[in-house]
Amino acid sequence: MSDTHAHSVAFVRETEIPSSPPPYAATGPVKWLRENLFATPANSLLTIAALYVIWQILSGTMPWILNGIWNTSSLAECRQVLDGAVGACFSVLTERWNQLLFGFQYPSELYWRPTLALGLLFVAAAPVLFFDLPRKLLAFTAVYPFIAFWLIWGGTILTPIVAFAGVAAGAVVYQRLVTGSFAYGFFGGIIAAFIVWTVGGWIIPDGASETAMLTAVPSRDLGGFMLNMMLGVTCVTLSIPIGIALALGRQSSMPLIKVVCVVFIEFVRGVPLITLLFVASVMLAYFFPPESSLDLFLRVVIMITMFSSAYIAEVIRGGLAALPKGQYEAADSLGLDYPQAMRLIILPQALKISIPGIVNIAVGLFKDTTLVSVIGMFDIVGMIRGPILASTEWNGVYWELLGFASVLFFVVCYGISQYSQWLERRLATDHR
Amino acid sequence: MKKSVILGALTVAGLSAGAAAAGTLDDVKARGTLNCGVATGLAGFAAPDANGEWKGFDVSVCRAVAAAVLGDPSAVEFVPTTGKTRFTALASGEIDMLARNTTWTFSRDVDLKFTFVGVNYYDGQGFMVPKALGVSSAKDLDGATVCIQTGTTTELNLADFFRTNNIGYEPVPIETNAEAQQQYLAGACDVYTTDASGLAATRATFEAPGDHVLLPEIISKEPLGPLVRHGDDEWGDVVRWTLNALITAEELGVTSANVNEMSANTGNPEVARLLGTEGTLGEMLGLDADWAKRAISAQGNYGEIFAKNIGEETPIGLARGLNAQWTDGGLIYSPPFR
Repeated sequence: MSDTHAHSVAFVRETEIPSSPPPYAATGPVKWLRENLFATPANSLLTIAALYVIWQILSGTMPWILNGIWNTSSLAECRQVLDGAVGACFSVLTERWNQLLFGFQYPSELYWRPTLALGLLFVAAAPVLFFDLPRKLLAFTAVYPFIAFWLIWGGTILTPIVAFAGVAAGAVVYQRLVTGSFAYGFFGGIIAAFIVWTVGGWIIPDGASETAMLTAVPSRDLGGFMLNMMLGVTCVTLSIPIGIALALGRQSSMPLIKVVCVVFIEFVRGVPLITLLFVASVMLAYFFPPESSLDLFLRVVIMITMFSSAYIAEVIRGGLAALPKGQYEAADSLGLDYPQAMRLIILPQALKISIPGIVNIAVGLFKDTTLVSVIGMFDIVGMIRGPILASTEWNGVYWELLGFASVLFFVVCYGISQYSQWLERRLATDHR
Repeated sequence: MKKSVILGALTVAGLSAGAAAAGTLDDVKARGTLNCGVATGLAGFAAPDANGEWKGFDVSVCRAVAAAVLGDPSAVEFVPTTGKTRFTALASGEIDMLARNTTWTFSRDVDLKFTFVGVNYYDGQGFMVPKALGVSSAKDLDGATVCIQTGTTTELNLADFFRTNNIGYEPVPIETNAEAQQQYLAGACDVYTTDASGLAATRATFEAPGDHVLLPEIISKEPLGPLVRHGDDEWGDVVRWTLNALITAEELGVTSANVNEMSANTGNPEVARLLGTEGTLGEMLGLDADWAKRAISAQGNYGEIFAKNIGEETPIGLARGLNAQWTDGGLIYSPPFR
């Protein structure tokens, strides 16, 4: 049998064919290109158009960037070096680097102080932002504002110590009394803090700042990107707790609190930020005698904080409204009182829902800090528009300076948005 | 009823604050520094240099006043003001004087209640065109496109000028000087118009300044000068006569280099009165006899300040023109020191 077969069939394969590579067009980059860029004629057309646009942009900007001059001392000199060729005069950035970052009045031998404060900011913010870190680090976060204040403004160390002592005393009194009633704890804490501050004010001797270890720097000497960072960080940090309080107050069943919160939120939201800044810089000066005006930096911080806390309050109210009523009832049925219910059940969920909105406002607020240049403060945009462009050396450089400012802002804002996306993933406990 | 009580209380508070600030000269002396409002940055007129030191034509006026009153030209707290905040800063007492290339107009003097103490720069609106356009007079600009900053007096002046000369133009509205510069260089408009000093400063920053010309027509009056609040005439006199001292010093040939020598031995009685070797002019102002000497040695006389900050040797490159002494055919003129 087998023999007949062996003769009637010319060839029988006895082994498996070795697997050959897939057709050239169905693998690797070619396949990827075909599927993603040239799938249909319309797709191909769009791809080519997009490539053309990218080429146009790059061929316009790349020579300008790569041919940039980094080491001349004036625009005229830079143009001489370029000699008609296309190129950027980045030397304005190297020559005015410190002015862009610190403003033109901050003493140059003290630049290490704000730099150190920025470095410590990351250490202090880390346990708040990443809750996998040991909780003990929060102790440093609590003292950080006072350290940063002392580093940036200098002066006598007694001021931040007294400020810290006041806050600490307030916290202790609050802890003691809050078991009785929240209102007792709240007002008792505030009164204790004020007592410590007043007594401390008497203790600090006059002129202590002149002989202090760190030279005192007045607020009007702050400037550059440092000012944007300081305003941004301070106002965001302050406005989140205030925003939460306003959002809860707006939902309160106590008419007085509710009315106060509603009026505040609606009024502040209805007024443009620039108007508030003008009020801070110009109108408030009318109400104080010329010698005792409140520090301009503080006035601006108060106004921006008011503004952003009203917005954050509305975002958080959205989060509160999104929670099912059952959550509130569950808290009640467990016998929790109002602060406990809020702290343990309602707010953790409401805040999680509100994260994208809060981050949105934080990013917007950070960019809005450049508005202070309109009231004569030298933040980075104020530095560029004022002193740098008005100097005879650099009058006429626009792209390089404003490009640099946008890069700085992009880095910070993109960082914030990436963090918030990580946070949302980390907190995703529902089953989507 | 209640509302009016509150308003009344506020008014009283405002009035008492105003009354407390009445003696500006005494306030400045007690404080030890002069609060002087300047621009946030205007090439040649007021700008901090790379070391953070304020320099410029308007800044020099502040320094001269500080030298006259306090004896130290560096005892000045410069308060940067924008076009929007300058008047409120002065009215609220945040600054003692404003030297911020501010045009002296009727409404600012009368309605806003300020006292302009003099003119330190006579400016006027001019035109800049590319040389290639081949225009030699603004009257040839029929049908031209003009870059113009919106919401300024220059816009109104321009409309007036073209209407009186019966020629047409097409305005290209722009927001800031920086934007105007870009638009003009990009060819979006044939003509750029703003104050002549600003045009000269702008042209100086171009890659090829020689390709652009300023037309001879000046179509508006823009007298710029320092100002103080209404109602404190003693302080106004101090600022006014400090400015006049700088002007008179140039007229009489007193410079920062020879001021000490001149005060020691001069045959000219007016120089002697100015520098305090004769008479009691300083005492009348509430200052000491050397006040003008200090003001002049701080930054030099008017001519020196002009040459150092905006003169033809600087990148700004402005000619004296109207700002020459009256003896040289200009408008700079000081009343006599007598």
